[in-house]
Amino acid sequence: MLLGDVAHLRTGDKGDISQISVIAYDPADYPLIERALTFERVLSHLPQIRARVVHRYELPALGALNFVVEGALSGGVTRSLALDAHGKSLGAQLLDLDLGTGEAAR
Amino acid sequence: MIAPRSIRIGAGAGFAGDRIEPAVELVESGALDYLVFECLAERTIAAAQQARRGDPAGGFDPLLLERMRRVLPGARARGVRIVTNAGAANPVGAAHAVADLARAQGLAPLRVAAVLGDDVLDLITATPRALIDRPGATSDLERIVSANAYLGAGPIARALAQGADVVITGRVGDPALFVGPMIHAFGWSLDDAPLLGRGTVIGHLLECAGQLTGGYFADMRRKRVQGLARLGFPYADVTADGSAVLGKVAGSGGHLSLATCKEQLLYEILDPAAYYQADVIADFTSVKFAELGDDRVAVSGGGGAARPDTLKVSIGYDDGFIGEGQISYAGADAVERAHLAAAIVRERLMIVGAAVEELRCDLIGIDSVDRSGRGGSVTPREVRLRVAGRAADAASATAIGAEIEALYTNGPFGGGGVTRLLRPVLAVASTLLPAALVRPTIEMVEV
Repeated sequence: MLLGDVAHLRTGDKGDISQISVIAYDPADYPLIERALTFERVLSHLPQIRARVVHRYELPALGALNFVVEGALSGGVTRSLALDAHGKSLGAQLLDLDLGTGEAAR
Repeated sequence: MIAPRSIRIGAGAGFAGDRIEPAVELVESGALDYLVFECLAERTIAAAQQARRGDPAGGFDPLLLERMRRVLPGARARGVRIVTNAGAANPVGAAHAVADLARAQGLAPLRVAAVLGDDVLDLITATPRALIDRPGATSDLERIVSANAYLGAGPIARALAQGADVVITGRVGDPALFVGPMIHAFGWSLDDAPLLGRGTVIGHLLECAGQLTGGYFADMRRKRVQGLARLGFPYADVTADGSAVLGKVAGSGGHLSLATCKEQLLYEILDPAAYYQADVIADFTSVKFAELGDDRVAVSGGGGAARPDTLKVSIGYDDGFIGEGQISYAGADAVERAHLAAAIVRERLMIVGAAVEELRCDLIGIDSVDRSGRGGSVTPREVRLRVAGRAADAASATAIGAEIEALYTNGPFGGGGVTRLLRPVLAVASTLLPAALVRPTIEMVEV
């Protein structure tokens, strides 16, 4: 099962921090996402993100996780040389992350 | 004044360049009490400060007058009061310009308020303070252009209490643009942290305008959005307890759902239990949404702890120049030719002695935004080389685009479509300032 089968995402930025929220379409899928989507798993899916510190905040009432990746934006939007200096395109690259559960896990 | 049962606040812009039509639609058909334009990104104010140096009457959002020209007559006729941070580096200049426009439109009498006090450049240059987004101190930053504190909602509410029809600010926390009208309408105490926290939740949901109503949301499979070209912007019917019903004008494009609301609630939030604003440390973890019908979502809950005793300050500073060039290759071996071109440009920049501090080469279509490392797994029929670099001097940065252009006659076979640019870098750093040092004031311009 891919993350995009059960969750939607939005990406934002603050300075040199990329922020990616992951939200279960169906709250019943939240425990699965919370279990499977560790920040190690996120970084191994996108190995070219250079992260200094990663936080994962859990919001079970909303069925959502909030990833905060410090140091991900090459110094931040104002001085980064990256084409997508905001890192807006990062979250969408997680949709095909395999949660590694198999369909039976639902 | 008798407090109303509820007020309707519309979001007319979510960034400086936002579309204008949705705001016109909200004013004409949205039955609003207040319309808010959020137009000030982090570094916009530094650029505006530079513009003001060239033109003392300028330094406010260049689109402000066009926005006002389109909405002010309708707003005046229907009693819609406007709040915007489009004053940027010159709220007073903006207020006078809007007053002149209103006069020309025959809209007198009208009161336009400017909120001042966010410009703390003198305080920042006088006393070094630690930076909060990196190691170092404010005194390490050479060529500081601007320093602006994120003000709270209090001065906006005061300006409304003084009868302002239009309130123009510089830097304030984005949610405060919406919380100001709530404080004014409901008489909320500036010490009631839980209420201000809930108001901040509503303001945060609205501050990016179309991002609540289906903008930045659509995707091919499970996230269909109807009528995205005519995307309408949201409003909130806010009640005195700090809860609200979110909606949009009937017939406008887009859609408002639990999913769009949850995405926007968490947008650019770090710790959801501690969202720092000038008036409150808001807690989003207990926010609840309920779908009431098509494009109608109730929001309740959320809370807050007492305001921090410091204000965040954004410092804009000159940080040299970025030069960039792009060129496309197509057909067999396009990727290999692009790699060869990149290597040539790197070598030539050394030959010409360009003092480039950092250089980055991307292949657009392969690895320019993809971070999976798998972008090259399929060989594309076309690829675009992008070379970007930073330099302290404009000449060195200019050399990057020049060397890309030289690839036309001095590089690999078949390069085309060169574009190049040079831009000065206005970088932003952040620090904290004791809130007691910042004294917002209001200047009223009568039409």
